[in-house]
Amino acid sequence: MVAQESHQHAAPQGFIRKYVFSLDHKVIGLQYYFLALTAVFVGMFLSLLMRIHLVWPAAALPLLGVIKPETYLSLVTMHGTIMVFFVLTTAPQGGFGNYFLPIQIGAPDMAFPVLNMLSFWTTFVAYVVMLAAFFVVGGAPLHGWTGYAPMSALQSSGPGEGLGADLWITSIAIFCIASLMGALNFITTTLDMRAKGMSMFRMPLTCWSWFITAILGLLAFGVLLSAGILLLMDRNLGTSFFLPLGTINGQLTGHKGGSPLLWQHLFWFFGHPEVYIAILPGMGVASQVLSTFSRKPIFGYKAMVYAMLSIGLLGFMVWGHHMFMSGMSPYSAFAFSVMTMAIGVPSAIKTFNWLGTLHKGRIRFHSPMLFAIGFVSLFVSGGLSGPFLAQPALDIPLHDTAFVPAHFHLIMGVAAIFGIFAATYYWFPKMFGRMMNERLARIHFFLTLIGTYCVFMPMHYLGLAGQPRRYSQLTELAYLHPLMGLNTFMTYAAIVTAAAQLIFLFNLLWSMFKGPKASDNPWEATTLEWTTATPPPHDNFAGRTPVVNNGPYEYSVPGAPRDYVMQTDPAAVAAH
Amino acid sequence: MASFTPTVPAPHPTTSRGKRGDLPPIVGSGGGGRPDPGSPDYGARLRRARLGLAAALTPIGMLFVAFTSAYIVRQGMPTFDPHTNTVVHDWIPVPLPTVLFLVNTCVLLLSSVTLECARRQLARQVALEPVNSIPGVSLGRERKLPWLALTIVLGLCFLVGQWLAWSELATRGFYVATNPSSSFVYLLTGGHAVHLLGGIIALLAAGAAVMLHRPLASRRVVVDTTAWYWHFMALLWIYILALLEFAH
Repeated sequence: MVAQESHQHAAPQGFIRKYVFSLDHKVIGLQYYFLALTAVFVGMFLSLLMRIHLVWPAAALPLLGVIKPETYLSLVTMHGTIMVFFVLTTAPQGGFGNYFLPIQIGAPDMAFPVLNMLSFWTTFVAYVVMLAAFFVVGGAPLHGWTGYAPMSALQSSGPGEGLGADLWITSIAIFCIASLMGALNFITTTLDMRAKGMSMFRMPLTCWSWFITAILGLLAFGVLLSAGILLLMDRNLGTSFFLPLGTINGQLTGHKGGSPLLWQHLFWFFGHPEVYIAILPGMGVASQVLSTFSRKPIFGYKAMVYAMLSIGLLGFMVWGHHMFMSGMSPYSAFAFSVMTMAIGVPSAIKTFNWLGTLHKGRIRFHSPMLFAIGFVSLFVSGGLSGPFLAQPALDIPLHDTAFVPAHFHLIMGVAAIFGIFAATYYWFPKMFGRMMNERLARIHFFLTLIGTYCVFMPMHYLGLAGQPRRYSQLTELAYLHPLMGLNTFMTYAAIVTAAAQLIFLFNLLWSMFKGPKASDNPWEATTLEWTTATPPPHDNFAGRTPVVNNGPYEYSVPGAPRDYVMQTDPAAVAAH
Repeated sequence: MASFTPTVPAPHPTTSRGKRGDLPPIVGSGGGGRPDPGSPDYGARLRRARLGLAAALTPIGMLFVAFTSAYIVRQGMPTFDPHTNTVVHDWIPVPLPTVLFLVNTCVLLLSSVTLECARRQLARQVALEPVNSIPGVSLGRERKLPWLALTIVLGLCFLVGQWLAWSELATRGFYVATNPSSSFVYLLTGGHAVHLLGGIIALLAAGAAVMLHRPLASRRVVVDTTAWYWHFMALLWIYILALLEFAH
């Protein structure tokens, strides 16, 4: 199909071919990254509006005025959707994966460069369609990022559920196709384009994480696409896949016999692997960075790989734990519960291996390392509430409270974002040829770490105290009055944390042009991207393919002339 | 392990690239002996394209797995009937235009055969290309049928046949939204038709490659992957037909 495209394309000339419709995986990676960067600021802005509205519901906000309940639900929906799809799925995999997977395995480009370009521009179209939902009559949809039927399947179920919801589901469907194109490219590249000597078990863990993420995407996004098609048919062709008999404003909807639960099953069959699609690349980056800056080989390389594989496998068997509230059979709930808690085992393997890597290392506390340690911290604190929610008996009282957002924001939101930050600070010198400002990076790190903990740790407590999620008005409920002080504190913390991200943005943009020049290997790391020029030439290795003689994390090898052995160095030192 | 000597100041990384001089260049040249250094050879491209195709077929399979599970679940699901206040089964089996479907199946299988002929013919041509270019060697002309064009025509015939089947269903009073059963019939057959249309577009692209005198090997890669895709679509169609016929 696209195979006839010559793999080895000459360096392009002209602005359009070089920066817009580029076939170069590095340019495409940066395009993904900057798309995610705009999306994360949009998503963060929406979350601030929500936090402000929750504590000062009568406040008139610029542009929006006083937030109406349906506007609040639109904010919830769009914040979740933009963050999950256009940030957490896009930046770690589409951005860094695109940029560094080919370089780390010693390939001149992705397997199908044209498909890669199409994948990005399809994502871009999906992003534009998603943002367009804000500006149509009725505004953005109200049904949450999970799009539960029957609300999402009816045009008349709310002000945003007309054209806005059509755009939303269309955008999701387009995004599925884009992700599938990307995923098949990642898989083919990883399997077929590794340099000589780069066996699967010599790949950096980042490559493993991108590879496993791509497999998850390949299996999951097809199912979401099917759900999206059924939903569009229900909305526009009058079918009743998800719509039971029902009335709206006393009028029969004309649908009958469908099952809203069917949507939940299809959605969560995608939705749970999606959580790992967001977090696995972060795990890969954390492993890479912890090993590099501890000057030690990663503790248990193979265990890390098998742990990621089993997380990916188990991730497909646990979707029911999102649906304990749906009245499922207690026997199914028990099975889903046990499978879910089983994920704790590979997760714990990873955590202890990270700690083992740090143990007795000669740690260099550079900014990527800080964020990688932050990732581990957030992974533990966000992950530990998982086994709570995995038990039906606990999930039923906690499910519709703030406890659940607290859990998934820490693990899927903030931890994954810390992975993105670690990757940004780690690879920025390679991508732009300049160093980021270390002092600003540290300020950014401490403000973000403390800030996010201040937002999301109290949120667990709010949930245990019974504060419902998705409610636009909390001040009216008498039993929540004692909690409003805590809510206000969280809003202030959110504002400070958001402001800290401006430091990051400034540091990023300023360093791109004004930062001190970076050497080819500023972190003294071992993997292939550090063997090539900074920034890498068009075909990554200037016409040569590297030959790999060593594993990816050969730090502090006894008898080696320096404390790191690059993957392309002679293999004499491998027998340690 | 941590007892190793203190950090040695990092030498400039270019030193580690110093040995690059004796590394072999990227293997191979393009098929047919054209000097095309840097481009992966024909065999590698074919393998890569087939691998990509296998990866691409996975989500297509998942799409129809999801449709199938929805189909089975919905079929067995009782519905509340407000007129009688009882729970009823509202699934009305669709009277399928079976004869037409069987004719279409034959057309599709035939197109699979013609495309397989096209694939093998091109494979032979690519293999014999170096021999043919030896002066004074003649292989005897192979009888060439326009297999590719034939496949495109048969593929379009299949789509027209499907269209006729849908009109047949409509004349029997079964539209997309009539009953969950008819929704699924249109969904499954329509989903398959869209994918087959994608295959036809790929074949048209291969035909255009002939017109544009693209290298033989490039055409071969396109036709080969499309042929496997097409066979998958034929199997998928038989699966869908069996599902609709035997699980209604």
